[in-house]
Amino acid sequence: MNIVVIGAGKIGSAIIASLVEEGHDVTAVDSNPRAIEEITDSYDIMCVCGNGADVDALREASAGSAKLFVACTESDDTNMLACFLARRMGAAHTIARIRNPEYNDDSFGFTCQQLDISEAINPDRRAATEIFRILKFPSAVNIETFSGRFELIELVLRDDSPLTGIPLSELRKKYPADFLICAVQRAAQTFIPSGSDELMPGDRIAMTASPYVVQKLLGKMGILRKSAKDVMIIGASRTAFYLSKQLTSAGIRVKVIDSDREACVRFSTELNDPAVTVINGDGASQSLLLEEGLSDMDALVSLTGSDEENILISLFAAGAGVPKTATKVNRPELAQMAEKLGLESVIIPGKIVSSQLSRYARAVQNSEGSNVEALYRVLDGSAEAIEFRVKPDFPYIGIPLRDMSLQKNILIGGIIRGRRALIPTGTETIMEDDRVVVISSGHRLLELSDIVDSGNTNPPRPTGVAPAFSAVRRETV
Amino acid sequence: MNRRMVFSIIGYIAMAEAVLMLLPALVALIYLEPGGWSFVLSAAVCAVLGAVLILSSGTKDHTIYAREGFAIVALGWLLMSALGALPFVISREIPSYIDAFFETVSGFTTTGASILRDIEALSHCMLFWRSFTHFIGGMGVLIFIMAVIPNLADRSIHIMRAEVPGPVVGKLVPRIRDTALILYLIYISMTVLETVLLVIGGMPLFDSIIHAFGTAGTGGFSLKNSSITDYSPYLQWVIAIFMSLFGVNFNIYYLLLRRKFRTAAGSAELRVYYAIMITAAAVITVSILPRTSGAGEAIRLGFFQASSIMTTTGYVTAPYNDWPQLAKTVLFILMFIGSCAGSTGGGVKVTRVIMLFKSIGREIKRLIHPRAVARVGFEGKPLDDHTLHGVGSYFALYIAIFVCTFLLISVDGLTFEENVSAAASCINNIGPAFGRVSAGFFDYSGFSKVVLSLAMLGGRLEIYPLLLTFLPSTWLKK
Repeated sequence: MNIVVIGAGKIGSAIIASLVEEGHDVTAVDSNPRAIEEITDSYDIMCVCGNGADVDALREASAGSAKLFVACTESDDTNMLACFLARRMGAAHTIARIRNPEYNDDSFGFTCQQLDISEAINPDRRAATEIFRILKFPSAVNIETFSGRFELIELVLRDDSPLTGIPLSELRKKYPADFLICAVQRAAQTFIPSGSDELMPGDRIAMTASPYVVQKLLGKMGILRKSAKDVMIIGASRTAFYLSKQLTSAGIRVKVIDSDREACVRFSTELNDPAVTVINGDGASQSLLLEEGLSDMDALVSLTGSDEENILISLFAAGAGVPKTATKVNRPELAQMAEKLGLESVIIPGKIVSSQLSRYARAVQNSEGSNVEALYRVLDGSAEAIEFRVKPDFPYIGIPLRDMSLQKNILIGGIIRGRRALIPTGTETIMEDDRVVVISSGHRLLELSDIVDSGNTNPPRPTGVAPAFSAVRRETV
Repeated sequence: MNRRMVFSIIGYIAMAEAVLMLLPALVALIYLEPGGWSFVLSAAVCAVLGAVLILSSGTKDHTIYAREGFAIVALGWLLMSALGALPFVISREIPSYIDAFFETVSGFTTTGASILRDIEALSHCMLFWRSFTHFIGGMGVLIFIMAVIPNLADRSIHIMRAEVPGPVVGKLVPRIRDTALILYLIYISMTVLETVLLVIGGMPLFDSIIHAFGTAGTGGFSLKNSSITDYSPYLQWVIAIFMSLFGVNFNIYYLLLRRKFRTAAGSAELRVYYAIMITAAAVITVSILPRTSGAGEAIRLGFFQASSIMTTTGYVTAPYNDWPQLAKTVLFILMFIGSCAGSTGGGVKVTRVIMLFKSIGREIKRLIHPRAVARVGFEGKPLDDHTLHGVGSYFALYIAIFVCTFLLISVDGLTFEENVSAAASCINNIGPAFGRVSAGFFDYSGFSKVVLSLAMLGGRLEIYPLLLTFLPSTWLKK
């Protein structure tokens, strides 16, 4: 599929990397020759050096014939203009990166509609939402939600974890609750476990469960930590702004520290919330952090502009006994190192956005229309969790799961039927209009019927033409 | 250096050559020539060597960085030439291995220089293989491999950069594989078109294919001792025009396919290329006019020779060696200018010549106005200093290698004019030279033939890949 990406910065190159990996034909446009050179050497894509909002550059990149057009330069205005022009030239779907909080309110729907922008993405707010979920539930490394009914939780098993050392089938008898361990990452290898597999200390696991069950279950297993009440944020960035909003509305006290006075003033004016204390001071200064009560904090989030500073501040906080730290790291290479150093929740905005875009690209590519409802990369991107909506023409409706021969390394992690969330057993069947959460490793699923091993059975391909994937979508505030 | 990856790709090159050698074997079958067995035997050698290289160096790390790209291209071309010489030696049609190696390098690098005194004595299958190497080498064997084998390697842009001539290598479409396919499709369609036009003009089919291969790769191997001299004026015109077309940057043809006529016609490189060629043809025509039977013949001979030398093909329709000094000097200058970047031709390339003159212009302006801020533009885009410096030092290196080649072959006792023109002819991938060498390179010693072979490879691969591969620091773990 032809995809044009405007802007090859940090976010842009993360998006390009995941789109190339998905097998798309990508053309990148950037005005910085160095960035272009870097990206030409690294990926099999075409590059155009020029301003993304300039029609000549867009023509050279054949934006008119693009199925998907993504504008993710630094400037919101350039992105909107580029999307508008590309759409007028004939691009099928346009996505703009919009960061300015002024744009991110209800009135923006009108702008999107008028400019015919299919989706606006905001990496800062995405990152904030992700961090918020982690803080609400500090035992997990990472949490994703499917239609609000399911949670997919990533945990790192400690040495004394009660989950280790017994086969999974026994584990399920020991804790009679609806949960399913979907994927295990052990020493750089990711696999979908079977009932006879055992977990080991140090494993990173992904499990599905409904939100109410999770709390109780983890409580029983003795690995629950209570939700944070006091959070310290270093860096008065845009992410910090969105995060503070979400935290205060959940009744959590927030303290924000930034060394730039201007930024502090702007932050407190824009937020205008008495529950947030803004401190002007150097967030890397240990004495200041201790003075501001670091040791009493339930969590520390480092969101400054410098990756290195974020990593060091989080390491210091973890050493000072703060139960939970979350660290924003822009460069993926540094993120890996940070995890090796022992930081548990490292947030990479580029990765969050790129999985969002991969989902969108797959939905566009799927000519049957969009039945990919959500796609998340889990366990360092080595596995994927995809939520599909079941169409009436799915060939396995009403057949028990154990009679479907699934491909290797694929697992049905959950079924959402109406308002109910089901953790499936072998006797469960898939019904029309269900939403099915599939966990896979090493596959690239476009539609639900791809999960079945086509070597054994040959399902009739759906032929009906569904309405084209469109609809103006954007993030809700 | 990812040596395993390098060797495994070189293994694929050997495999590809094994397959390609079956084509001349087929020709031998048609003409019932015993030489066919030497191709079958050589193909078997290539296949075994390729299989050994691929199987023994299997690796999971498929990353290619710039140095791997250079090494793959340089070693690949050396190996290909070494193996391609086998059929000549096995069949005893060119008994000396050095001669056969020279002939094969000359084929793959699309030079067209020959050590044979009597070309017409070769069997059909050998003639076919000789010219077929032009066709393979013209567009590049690694481009072919990248078009055929999917997902060969990440970052294979480095291979493409090392093999495709020109200072800046761009893709036509996002994927290398699709780009390679499009290039080959354009290349093959144009070759087929030329073959058809030659057959219509009354040239036998076999001769047409041979000459179409020679033109497409801008090589210059013929099957007649007299090259194109004895063919009809129509056939000479067809070949002259197609030679000039294959010297054009293939991106232009892609633009034409996409109906972007205005952009294609606006290409500065294309305009300068034809301006130089037509001016040179006009000067030659005027200077040889007294020796010919009329203006028609003079124009035909003048344009043919200008097109042949500038595109670095090397076909001949007249005894240019006896022409006036002015005509010969113009031809000698054309040798160095060469064809467009991204074409199948050799030489310094028109793009580089334009850039060199533009940076000279900027330097002069700076001398007059020391504070002047001058940006050099080309094809509507500003050129960065990095590219300009690259072009400058490439030209210096090019001249240095030319001088070295000239010096080394001077030991053989040929005249000054012969040695200069032979060195220029080989490094620019043209073929014929002046004096005795206008008939062939058989007067040179084995040592000089090896030197000239390396010069041909250096010229085709634009020196750096070959040079870097022989530097120890490329291979040492540092």
